[in-house]
Amino acid sequence: MASLKDLRNRIASVKATQKITKAMQMVAAAKLRRAQEAAEAARPYAERMDAVLANLAVAFEGRQDAPRLMTGTGKDDVHLLVVCTADRGLCGGFNNSIVKLAKERARRLQADGKEVKILCVGKKGFDILRRDFGKLVVDTISLREVKKLGFGHADDIGKRLLAMFDDEAFDVCTLFYAEFQSVISQIPTEQQLIPAAVPEGAETVDLQGAIYEYEPDEGEILQDLLPRNVSVQVFRALLENAASEQGARMSAMDNATRNAGEMIDKLTTSYNRQRQAQITTELIEIIAGAEAL
Amino acid sequence: MAEPFQFELVSPERLLISEAVNEVVVPGTDGDFGVLKDHAPTMSTVRPGFISVKHTDGHESRLYVVGGFADVNPNGLTILAEEAIDVADIKAEDLAEQIRNAEEDFADAKDDDQRLAAATKLDNLKNMKGALANL
Repeated sequence: MASLKDLRNRIASVKATQKITKAMQMVAAAKLRRAQEAAEAARPYAERMDAVLANLAVAFEGRQDAPRLMTGTGKDDVHLLVVCTADRGLCGGFNNSIVKLAKERARRLQADGKEVKILCVGKKGFDILRRDFGKLVVDTISLREVKKLGFGHADDIGKRLLAMFDDEAFDVCTLFYAEFQSVISQIPTEQQLIPAAVPEGAETVDLQGAIYEYEPDEGEILQDLLPRNVSVQVFRALLENAASEQGARMSAMDNATRNAGEMIDKLTTSYNRQRQAQITTELIEIIAGAEAL
Repeated sequence: MAEPFQFELVSPERLLISEAVNEVVVPGTDGDFGVLKDHAPTMSTVRPGFISVKHTDGHESRLYVVGGFADVNPNGLTILAEEAIDVADIKAEDLAEQIRNAEEDFADAKDDDQRLAAATKLDNLKNMKGALANL
C-alpha cells in the first residue's frame, strides 16, 4: 500500500502531466485551424488542375505520343511508395495508420514479385518502417524545420520524384497520406501519382460543339502540366496531412487530459480514504491510551 | 459595351480572384491575347508577365504572374498561376532589396542546385522589374 506521501507525489505528477496535455491540445487546436484554412485555400487550384487535366486526357485518349508521365514506362516492376507522415509523435494512431496502409501495400507488391522502394516524408514514418523495411527506404525527407508549409516544399519533393522517374528508378509511384475528414476521423489514403491517373469525378466542361485551341500545342502544354501536377498532388497531400496530424493530436491530447482527470479523481479518493484511516487509527490509539490510565 | 464573364485566378496557395469581369489580357507563351465573353475554348501556357483585368465597374487592375496555364472555356477563364502578385502590392524598394538578396544568394551558392535555384529567382525578379519599368 502506497504511503500518503507517495500518493501526494503521484497526484502532483499526474496534475503536471494533465497541464501539459491540455496545453498541447490547445496548441493543436490553434494549429489545426490554420492548417485547415491552408488546405481549403489550396483546394481550388487542385480542382481546376484536375479539370484541365481531365480535358487534356480526353484529347489524348488512345494516342501514341502521349507523355510518359501519363502512360507510364510500360512496365510495373519497380514501385515507389511515398509515405507522408508527421515529424512528431503524440498524435494518437495517425502515423501508424498511414504506415500500416503502406506496409500492407508493400507486402502485397512483394508477394507479387515486384520491387518496392520507399521514400519517407516525415521522420516518424521512417522510425516505424525502419524495422521491417529499413533496406527499402531510399531516403527520408524531414519537414521539421518548416514553419509554414509552402508550395515550394512540395515542389522540391515533386522535382525529386520527377528526377528519379527520369532516371528510371521506378515505374509506378504511389502516395500515402491521411485525408482530413474531421477532428475525430482521418482516413489513410493511397493515391497513384505516376503514371497520372485521370482524376475521377473531375468535371469536364461541355464545349457546346466547339473545339479546344491549344497554344503552343497539346503536347507542350501536357509536358508542362504533368510535372506541375505531381507537385500539386504532393502539396495537396502534405496539406491534408498537416490538418489530419493536428486533428489527430487534438483528439489524442483531449483523451489524455480526460484520462489524467479520471486518474487524479481516483488517486484523490484513495488519498482521502487513507488519510481518514490514519486519523481514525491515531484517535483509537489516543482513546485506548487514555482508557488504559 | 462588353458583357461580363467569369474570371478566376488561382495560385497553389490560394484563390486570388473569382468574379465577373469585362476583359482580361493574358500574356500567353505565343503572345498576349485578350479574352472577352464567348471567347473560343483555348488552353495556353502563360509566360511571366502582367495580366490586366478590366472590372465591371470600369477600373483596371494589373497582376504579375510568374507562369502557369490559362484555360478558356464556355464557363469563363481560369488562370492557374505558379505565383501571382498584385502590382499595387509591389514596391520598387522592396523589389530592389529582393534582387540584392537574390544576387547575394547566387554569389554564396555552393553547388549547382543552389546556383540554379538562385538564378531562377533572380531572373524572375529582374523580369518583374523590367516589366514594371515598361508600364
